[in-house]
Amino acid sequence: MAIAEQHNSTQAAQASSDKSWHGIVLQTLKRNEISLIPYVPDRVLTPLIKNLHADPFFTTFATAREEEAVGILSGAWMGGRRGAMLMQTSGFATLANVLASLAVPYQIPLIMFVSERGTLGEFNYGQSLVCRTMRPVLDSLALEHHTITRLDELEFIADRSIKQAVTTQAPVALILNPLLTGGKVFDK
Amino acid sequence: MNTGNTKVMNRFDVTSRLIAKLKNEEAVIGGIGNTNFDLWAAGHRPQNFYMLGSMGLAFPIALGVALAQPDRRVFALEGDGSLLMQLGALSTIATLKPKNLIMIVMDNGIYQITGAQPTPAAQVADIVAIAAGSGLANSAWAADEEDFERLVDEAMTASEPSLIAVRIDDKPGVGTTRRDPVQIRERFMHGLGVREPL
Repeated sequence: MAIAEQHNSTQAAQASSDKSWHGIVLQTLKRNEISLIPYVPDRVLTPLIKNLHADPFFTTFATAREEEAVGILSGAWMGGRRGAMLMQTSGFATLANVLASLAVPYQIPLIMFVSERGTLGEFNYGQSLVCRTMRPVLDSLALEHHTITRLDELEFIADRSIKQAVTTQAPVALILNPLLTGGKVFDK
Repeated sequence: MNTGNTKVMNRFDVTSRLIAKLKNEEAVIGGIGNTNFDLWAAGHRPQNFYMLGSMGLAFPIALGVALAQPDRRVFALEGDGSLLMQLGALSTIATLKPKNLIMIVMDNGIYQITGAQPTPAAQVADIVAIAAGSGLANSAWAADEEDFERLVDEAMTASEPSLIAVRIDDKPGVGTTRRDPVQIRERFMHGLGVREPL
């Protein structure tokens, strides 16, 4: 409970700060002209999603399923518009088929932000199991991925990874670890 | 299935009729399998995109193109079995309301390419009713080929996304797309004016 309170107050303090993890992500997206943001929501991503919706630079919207977002971003890229998708670990677990049959073979620079559930205080056994499938799937397709744990490394990793994805025409997954975001903790 | 007196048409014939109407470099996304095989057979255009997997994503891919290029009409051709995999996409499209997006569903009630097994929807569900219930008010069955062409003409100037459902026979596609994903993607980007060839 104490951890949860500390986490909540930290989030509140960060809500309007550009130096929060979500502020840095938003500014990095904007600087790289990434304006189309489909997402399947996640509790940890809520401040980022809220601020993206509030900023008219971005077209931010929910999809019913993560695969849809991969299709939308693939079409948008081919049409000349850049985007990135937001999801949680369990959502990534639904993507192996479309990564292997669309994003990778067609060389689409699919930019994925994954809020990491299932580790560092997970309270749902299913989440901790599905989390263990994520990196093996990424590695099996030889996809670039980074697990971001530190605020001072976030901008460098996100900015460089986005540029690398675009220039090498290859997907990238940026995994937002609870050490960065605070994660989601048990709250009865 | 409440399809009334809808005529059973042929996928290749309907696809050819659509392609013949395209005069303004409209984009066309062909769904997995027979749908894009018949798009290929109808004659390759630089604005055609052929899916070689990712079953169910023809409408989402077309939505992405439509959002990137709002001044270009974007058609998506999808089979009924594929659409059943991604029904949620209909609501996403209904919410975003891209007026330049036209969805065409080729409905034969079977997974033709895998051995003609019936889909779970074949005897019980109505694709147009599903689309309308998902928020796509401008959805209709094409009664016959002439009606299909009329619906396409209407969709060309519509102020909201359109969905046209076509009952088709159980024939396989008449061609086979060249399975070269990088070249398909690159040529499509040239066709959309996003890139120049090397």
